[in-house]
Amino acid sequence: MRSLRLRLFATLLAATGIVWLAAVIWIYVGSRGEVEQVLDTRLQEAARMVASLASSFENLPGKSAPAAIAQLGSYERQLSCQIWSLDGRMVAKSSGAPDQQLSSASSGFSDRTIDGETWRVYSVEDADHNVRVMVGDRLSLRERLVTDLIKGLMLPALLIAPLLGAAIWASVGQGLRPLRRMAQDLVERGPDDMRQVEADQAPIEVRPLAAALNGLLGRVEAARRHEREVTAFAAHELRTPLAGLKTQAQVALAAKDPKVVRGALEQIIAAVDKSTRLVRQLLTIAKLDADVADAPRSRVEVGPMLAEIVADTPRHEGTVVTIEASARDMILDTNAECLQLALRNLHENAVQHTRDGRIVWAAWANSLLVEDEGPGIPSDELDKLGNRFFRGRLRSPIGSGLGLAIVKLALGKIGADVTISNRTGRSGARSELTFRVRT
Amino acid sequence: MRILVVEDDPILSNGLRAGLALSGATVDAVESCEDADAAIASARYSAIVLDVMLPDGSGLDLLRNLRNRGDATPVLLLTARDSVVDKVCGLDSGADDYLAKPFDLDELAARLRAIVRREGGRAAPSLTHGAIVLSPADFSATVDGKPINLSRREFAILSALMERPEQVRSRSELEDRLYGWQEDIESNAVEVHIHNLRAKIGKDAIQTLRGVGYRMGAAR
Repeated sequence: MRSLRLRLFATLLAATGIVWLAAVIWIYVGSRGEVEQVLDTRLQEAARMVASLASSFENLPGKSAPAAIAQLGSYERQLSCQIWSLDGRMVAKSSGAPDQQLSSASSGFSDRTIDGETWRVYSVEDADHNVRVMVGDRLSLRERLVTDLIKGLMLPALLIAPLLGAAIWASVGQGLRPLRRMAQDLVERGPDDMRQVEADQAPIEVRPLAAALNGLLGRVEAARRHEREVTAFAAHELRTPLAGLKTQAQVALAAKDPKVVRGALEQIIAAVDKSTRLVRQLLTIAKLDADVADAPRSRVEVGPMLAEIVADTPRHEGTVVTIEASARDMILDTNAECLQLALRNLHENAVQHTRDGRIVWAAWANSLLVEDEGPGIPSDELDKLGNRFFRGRLRSPIGSGLGLAIVKLALGKIGADVTISNRTGRSGARSELTFRVRT
Repeated sequence: MRILVVEDDPILSNGLRAGLALSGATVDAVESCEDADAAIASARYSAIVLDVMLPDGSGLDLLRNLRNRGDATPVLLLTARDSVVDKVCGLDSGADDYLAKPFDLDELAARLRAIVRREGGRAAPSLTHGAIVLSPADFSATVDGKPINLSRREFAILSALMERPEQVRSRSELEDRLYGWQEDIESNAVEVHIHNLRAKIGKDAIQTLRGVGYRMGAAR
């Protein structure tokens, strides 16, 4: 049964029905015994009464006194009475009593079927007066008595049951109303509406659902906000160089002064170089994103790799790069391509942010770290660093906001982590790479 | 027209400076909200070209602060986002116009002229004072319908005076219009330009109020 309301309704109704039925059976069995006992006692008393009455009439067996016997007719409906002489002649009987002897037993209780009807009979023998009194009642009457009692119980039950059902149906519906209201609220919402669902008035049972839903809404909203931010940053980083290119091209076309034309053309070349770098980084990210296979590992010497990267990367004249022996001698079992991507981007970052100062590569245990003497990173931006296209306040002019995203992706491929922090006690950033396996 | 460009991309900023100078504007360029605030505090600009995404914050916040201070300098927003929501948000923050990157330099210049003109309370694209007509769009000037040849700086001074013909403009006010920060101001440059202008458009066209400044002469 899919409907909660229907299920609750059926369960409650069935339970009520069973309780009622059990009560009826209990009362039926119990009252049946009770009725039997009471009626048997009545038979007994009636028989004794008739016997004592009969003994007060002298010569009763000889005379007939039907009128007197007929006085007993007040029991006619339920009780039948016969008076027999001990030699088997019927002396008297109540009206409605059968002509046949009610019982073959001489005294005590007995059951007998006469003309298809079962009688319960009590017999009393009075040898002194030569009479036997038999008082009986029909079992069907007794049954009817019990049946009437049960009917009296069942009738109100049958009347009340629909009322009870309606009450249950309505109260379950009332209980489920907050759920319907919640659903209605959600149905009516626009796709951007991430307001929390109101759960204050919901029943306690529904609250966990509302809380879970609110949790989900919160997470979806955060994900959407993040996505919007990334999209906005991406649009800015991709369109600004294009705007620069177009503007410089239009300046080159419109300017008459050859110096201005030349300046604009040089700017166009610079813009193309910057865009080329951006495209290269985007392709790198796309490749890292698409590559799901585990990067193949090999023995990688960090020293030569760093030396090559340092030699390849142009830097300010006043900047000195040092690769300490610990880093030079480091050997890792990892994927060379991913490691090189990470190291190259970190080194480029360090170089871009250091004008005159030292950049130091060093290693300890299974960590490799680089420290620069640039301005460092504003602390509120630290947790946004790996976001694609995010460029902080202290951005470098040629950055695209993709370098650290590439570092994180590449390191993720080889099971390594990067922690970026500000140096303590002096300005500069510190990036620490932690590798899980070192050979 | 003296324009402030707030844009952190060096190539685009350089292009805007060169491009707007080609259409006769004097351009100052800054890269951050902080520098923009300092620039706005130190000089009066005809208009501001504002990038929305700046290194130290949002151009929209800068714009809202500007408007809250009661500064009505026309602002044209440059942004990479061109959805309707972004446009509405930009305009509602107090921007006068909106261009999505990449844009056309001529369109940018035309829109700047339009918002500057409207800020001056004029709807007509040209400035007219008596027989003198200036057309900032194509840099042309006529007196009695006859074209006259004006240098960029002469044009800038004449349009500054003609924007509000009855108002007196001080020498430093006119210098502000002529020179960006990077340029050295020649001490008697304004006097020289005024002298040349009088020779081209008529001796009584510009009045000198000694010790105060200059304004347009009675319209003929």
